[in-house]
Formats: sequence, C-alpha cells, structure tokens
Amino acid sequence: MHLVLFLIFALFALAGAANLLLQKHPINSALSLIVVMSSLAVLYLLLGAEFLAMAQVIVYAGAIMVLFTFVVMLLNEGREEKTWGSHAARVVGFPAVVALLAVLASAILRAGRHYGMVSLSDGITTTQDLSRVLFRDLLLPFELTSVLILIAILGAVALARKDDGNA
Amino acid sequence: MQLWMFVVLSVVKVAVVLVIFLTAVAYTVLLERKLVGRIQNRWGPTRVGPFGLLQPLVDGLKLFLKEDIIPSGVYRPLYLLAPLIALSCSLLSIAVIPFGETMRWHGMRLFVLSDLNIGLLILLSVTSIGVYGIALSGWSSNNKYSLLGSLRASAQMISYELALGLSLVGVVLRAQSLSLTDIVKVQSVHGIASWNVFGGGQIFAFLIYLMAAYAETNRAPFDLPEAETELTGGYHTEYSSMKFAMFFMAEYGNMITVSCVATLLFLGGWTSPFGDLLPPPQNLVVGVLGPIFWFVAKVFAFLFLYIWVRGTLPRFRYDQLMSFGWKFLLPAAMLNIVGTSLVLAFL
Repeated sequence: MHLVLFLIFALFALAGAANLLLQKHPINSALSLIVVMSSLAVLYLLLGAEFLAMAQVIVYAGAIMVLFTFVVMLLNEGREEKTWGSHAARVVGFPAVVALLAVLASAILRAGRHYGMVSLSDGITTTQDLSRVLFRDLLLPFELTSVLILIAILGAVALARKDDGNA
Repeated sequence: MQLWMFVVLSVVKVAVVLVIFLTAVAYTVLLERKLVGRIQNRWGPTRVGPFGLLQPLVDGLKLFLKEDIIPSGVYRPLYLLAPLIALSCSLLSIAVIPFGETMRWHGMRLFVLSDLNIGLLILLSVTSIGVYGIALSGWSSNNKYSLLGSLRASAQMISYELALGLSLVGVVLRAQSLSLTDIVKVQSVHGIASWNVFGGGQIFAFLIYLMAAYAETNRAPFDLPEAETELTGGYHTEYSSMKFAMFFMAEYGNMITVSCVATLLFLGGWTSPFGDLLPPPQNLVVGVLGPIFWFVAKVFAFLFLYIWVRGTLPRFRYDQLMSFGWKFLLPAAMLNIVGTSLVLAFL
C-alpha cells in the first residue's frame, strides 16, 4: 500500500517537474511547481513526518507559490518561445547534469550506509517528538536560524522601502 | 476490520456527510437572505414553499439551467480549473471535522470522516491552497475587475491567515495536541466553565479568530474582493451558471467550516454546556443525538452571528483592512501566545 502510494506521488512529482520545464506559459510552470511541492508533502507523510508534510503544504505550496503566481500574474508575461538551448548548453550542460546527479546519488548512498535508511512504514514522528528535539536538544541552532530569518526579513524591508529623502 | 468493510463504511460516511454539508450550504444561503431581510425590515424569500423553505431548491435549479457563457478572451484551462479548486478545497476541509461523540463501530469512528493527529494543520493547509481558486479565477478571466478582485482577495487571505493561525496556537498549547478530538476533550469536563473561550482564558484568541475568519472567508465587513460599487462582481465577474454557483457554494461552505472550527476550538465542540452538572444520559439515543444537537446549535449560533455582522457593519476601506490585519490583529495574536505560554508554564 505504501509502495503504491509512493510510486503514484513520486510519478506526480516527476511529471510536474518535467511539465514545469516543458510548458511555454509561466503560469503553467508555476502551477506545475505546486503539484511537485504537494506531491513531496505526500512523500513526507509516507515517511511518517506528518508535521513536515503539512508545513510543506502551508509554507511552500501555499505561501511561497502564491507569491510566484502573483508575480507571474502581475507581470503578465506572454508565451515564451520554445528553443532547444544554445550549443554550449547542449555540449556542456547535459554532461554536467549527469555528473552532478552521479555525485549526489553516490553521496546520498554513502550517507545512507552510514546513518541507515528510512523505510516506508506506519511509524509516525509525532509533532510532540519533533518539537521536543527542536526546542530541547537543538535549541541553539534552531533559535540561531530564526535570527537569521529575522535578519533576512529586515533586509527585505530595508530594500523595499521607498526612499523619500528624509529616511 | 476487513478492507472491504473499511471501504464501504468510508464511502457511506463520505456520502452522508457530503449530502448534509451541501444541504447546509444551501440553507445557509436561505438563512442569510431571511435574516438580512428581517434586519432591513423586509420579509426575505417567502413565495416558494412554506416560509420560502424551498427557495434553495429553486435557486439551484435556476443556476443549473442557466446558459453557461465562457467569454472568448479567457485563458480556458485555468478558467475552468479555478472554480473546481475553490469548491474542492471548501469540501475537503469538512473531512477532518469531528461532530459527535467518539463512539466506534467495528473500530471506526462514526462521527468524523477521518480523525487525524494533525487535523488542525490540515485545515490550515487546505485554506492556504484554496487561495489559488480565487487568484487563478481572476487572472484567467482576463478582466480588470476580476483581476483586481482576485488580487485583493488573495492578499487579504494571505495576510489574515497569519493572524488566524497564530490565534489558534493558544488553544493548541492548552490541549498539547493538534488533534481536534483531543482539543474538544480538554474542554469537556466542567461544561461551559472549561470551554476555551471562558475557562481556558482564550477569549482574546477567540475574538482574533472571529475577525480573521471573517476576512479569510471574504465576508462583510471585509468583503472588499466583491465590493460591487468598485469591482462589479469581483473575481467571479466573468463566471455564469454552475461555475458561478461553485464559487458561491465554496464561500458558504467555508463559512460553515469556519463556524465548525470555532465551535470545536473555542466553544467546547459537541460537549454540553452543563458538563458534569447533569448526569450522563442513560438512553443510547439521547447519548448519540445530544452531542450532535449541541454541535449543530453552536455552529448555528456562530452562523447567525456571521450574518448579523454582515447586516450591521459597513465595509472597511482596503488600506484600513490591511493595517488592521498587520498592525493590530497579528501583534495581538502574538501577545496572546506569549500570555498563554507564561500562564501555562508558571501556573
């Protein structure tokens, strides 16, 4: 059952990613990205990470992608012309992608041998477990990350602020 | 339990809940027309059936039989997809709402479609996906009023979603769980005295939730997205027939869901306001129907308040709406979290 669901949603994610690249209209690409994000959420759920799955939907598929679609809608870019890329992209790009994938795959496999793999199972990491780890064992890194995000927010506000001369 | 039994029971439950939910949607529309009529010193619909009770049926028939016009300038795939997204998100959120005692039959909860650990988060995530229905409908209609209406609606929903989510944190802190059933159980002991809104000390959270929920469902006094005087119809200007009806149903469905959530989180869900003052009912029928009666009564009261507010308050201006959300509701919700945490930690 888990495997069937995994296959279905992995397929959704891959199809969405491929569609993202192939679509000519930016809004279709943005919507494909939403499909990818939501399918990833289901994959997290299959691994028992329920809080992470919902955070993925609320934050990525919800908030962040709404901003993407807003930008596309407001700029109202027309259709893009389909090209097969430059000569350089074909000669260098494809081998580079293959090499990158190989490096990533081998790194993940090695890490998997080191830490052990998670299997699709009925086990669930409850929100209580997750918050215990975040707020007790990893409190300092967690709070440092939030400070980092706060700095990013302040930076965005400072950049977006209109310069009216007296500020 | 065997798989086929599970499937059959689930399908039956889904069918029953859907039928009841859609009927409730139709009759909420009638309730609104009746009440707003009375508030404005007129009768509201009275002609079809006794007291106008068959009006929703005729309205539905009318919308169904109307010509479905698709303007030539629209971006068709998204124009057709948008009402589906809006309606399905509205229907989806009812799936995690428990509406009666936790009794089981063959190991399956009877009065909830799916009882989840993270029910509350599911509700929030479904709302955050529901924004797309509105955003896409306005853009794909290729009409400036639709676009402006949908931009307003999406910006408003995203802004108030923050205050809405944060106002629920106090409740979650008290129940120490994201499961809606657990949240109700915490409030069940002493009746009205242990409801979150009174005994739980979440009265401010309740008021914040109330205001944020009105904005989240695009209802008066925050119904800027469909302000007729400025935007003709807002994001659904170019929609007709059943596609318009789908937006309409989605809006009223969201109203009912929001009322159910308010009932569960703040008003003690299906528990009676008398708590342990009354002895637990001996009769099985009373034991089953009593909780459902209280749940429906509370949801109805909340819907009544919704409509009352619509009939009473004038519309906000858009900049007022935004500054109210960001500069008042959001800080107030954060203060409530700090206060609740301090109280729970030190008392």
